[in-house]
Amino acid sequence: MKDAIKTASLVKPNRREVLKYAGASALAMPFVNRAWAQTVEINMLAWYGHGEPDIVGEFEAANNVKFKPKYYAGGDNMLALIAQSPPGTYDVILSDAEFVQQLNAADYIEELNPADYNFDDMLHEDFTKFPGHWADGKLHSMMVRFGHLGVSYNKNAITAEEAESYACFWKEEVKGKVGHFDWHLPSLGMISLYNGNGSGLWDLDDDGWAKVQETTLGLRPQVGGYFDYGGTFNSLKNGEMLAMCGIGDWITGVLEKDGAPVGSVVPKEGGIQWTESYCIGKGSSKADIVKKFIQYMLSPEGQVKSAQMAAYPGFCITKAGRAKLNEVDKKEAERTGQVDGMANDPITLVKEGRIHYRDIPKQQSLEDWNDFWSEYKNA
Amino acid sequence: MSTKKAESDDMTYKLVWRLPLIFWQSIFFLGPLLLMVAMSFFLVKNYRMVEAFEFQNWAKMFGRNYFWDSYLLTFGLATTATIVCTLIAFPASYALAFKVSENARRWAIFLLIIPFFTSYLVRTFSWYVILAESGVVNSLLGYVGLGPYTMLNTKFGTLVGYLTLTLPLVVILQTISLAQVDRSLVEAAHNLGCGRLRTVMTVVVPLAKVGLIIGAVFCFILSFGDFVAPYYLGGSKPPTLPILIIDQTKSGQQWPRAAVVAITMMVTLFAIAFAAIYAAYAKRGKQ
Repeated sequence: MKDAIKTASLVKPNRREVLKYAGASALAMPFVNRAWAQTVEINMLAWYGHGEPDIVGEFEAANNVKFKPKYYAGGDNMLALIAQSPPGTYDVILSDAEFVQQLNAADYIEELNPADYNFDDMLHEDFTKFPGHWADGKLHSMMVRFGHLGVSYNKNAITAEEAESYACFWKEEVKGKVGHFDWHLPSLGMISLYNGNGSGLWDLDDDGWAKVQETTLGLRPQVGGYFDYGGTFNSLKNGEMLAMCGIGDWITGVLEKDGAPVGSVVPKEGGIQWTESYCIGKGSSKADIVKKFIQYMLSPEGQVKSAQMAAYPGFCITKAGRAKLNEVDKKEAERTGQVDGMANDPITLVKEGRIHYRDIPKQQSLEDWNDFWSEYKNA
Repeated sequence: MSTKKAESDDMTYKLVWRLPLIFWQSIFFLGPLLLMVAMSFFLVKNYRMVEAFEFQNWAKMFGRNYFWDSYLLTFGLATTATIVCTLIAFPASYALAFKVSENARRWAIFLLIIPFFTSYLVRTFSWYVILAESGVVNSLLGYVGLGPYTMLNTKFGTLVGYLTLTLPLVVILQTISLAQVDRSLVEAAHNLGCGRLRTVMTVVVPLAKVGLIIGAVFCFILSFGDFVAPYYLGGSKPPTLPILIIDQTKSGQQWPRAAVVAITMMVTLFAIAFAAIYAAYAKRGKQ
């Protein structure tokens, strides 16, 4: 009988019981909060996609951490965000490799211990001592992924043979249908390669720089627009743009997997490599867990996640990562040439000297390039 | 004495009611505006703004052809949008104000407000499906043997975006204004033998002038400062002033130069708004 009354009161509680449970809930709240607080928040500064569940979800669950990503677009945007924040704001920073030396020079990042990472497993020797990542024998950043930029094109409008040269951007049939990713560095870098500057593409004297400007302005009648990631993605998808300067598989790969007739190749004049590296933010109180996260991203599982990243795919940098990708997603490995012996193997392209690491202008300032870019857009 | 006290109380009462507005405007408009003006004289070193009083940002921006090209383009596009929007909106507003029941007008205004419930960015992106070469418009034109026409990444695309943003607002403003027009004056014009078009032009439009001009001014202001339409539907080709602001901040973090562009835009909008309001409230005889 007592039990029946108890059950009835739970089903239909009286006023006193409502107050009792409400009071108990209120008193328990601080403990609930404390339980939540045990999840460590990691502030991440990165390009879009790196803090999303497909990349960090498993690591979060396994380590009871929660990433709070702040996304940027472009290296100088990243530098500005750090410059405007107090030290220790960002625990982990994903940087384009060419900006690591500036992060280090400005004392924005912590030194890393090389013993924490397996350099013997790297697919290419360059990756163990990537330019700018080491200073005075000290390691400051760990490369985690890379990709190549070249000719991105619609296969119905440009043939594979035509795509073997940047000259295809000037093809009459794609007049008004050539798009630019709206960032001067990759586009002007490609034009510099087209002008035959090869490995000196960033080290232009006045004459070389003038010629790059002239060639770029010559492309203007072909140009249909200047786009950010979303605009680039859409315009290639709906066929508004038939060729795109300044991008690579990091955008067309997502579309290609979705069935769009687009692709990216490294043309005969050479391609540009984007490289992304992780750093630990200066003054971070969570350096240990961030180190663990970087190790995770370099593990075979992390490398596969990076290669399959929903926002934009990147190539594996470790042998074990590549082996794992071939094991779990052979189709993606083959699509991107990440199979030993394939002609378009990104590592082979690097070894053949057809790939040039993205850098900043050596003889001009970024401002000069940016100024010209504004002028070009208005031409 | 009591009169003076009453006046003083009245002043205090008015001040108390005005204080929130003064406070709001000072904190969220005047303060940031002064900061922006000051910022336009700052310098950027190592991606950080350094306090200074230098004119080089002004000289740099005003000395560049691309700045003036963007200025003229933005002004021209906003003016075109204002004219087109006003002309498209007027027949609809006239019909809503004079030709439909009050209930229908209320529903129409409610429906015109609905677009604002969704993000402008989302509405803009939806135009991709409609304006693309393989989109809805070109597919329909294809049935009658026309096209395909390039509409995205053109000035036409930008204008479509501007109208997406402004047309519902302008129709609402015009409708409210036209609904206030004294019907007896319209009837008097008819009784005196005035034709329909002449009645609209000489009676209705002058009486609704304030609302019509305010609608046009809002259209100009919103279009002039819009980033989304010229970037996503116009393909940033060529860039308008808001895109130029983004370009300055995106590469090199040139916030001071972006401030120069922003101040130039604000001065332009002040001038336009001032002239328009003066015209709206000017007495007929003094026009």
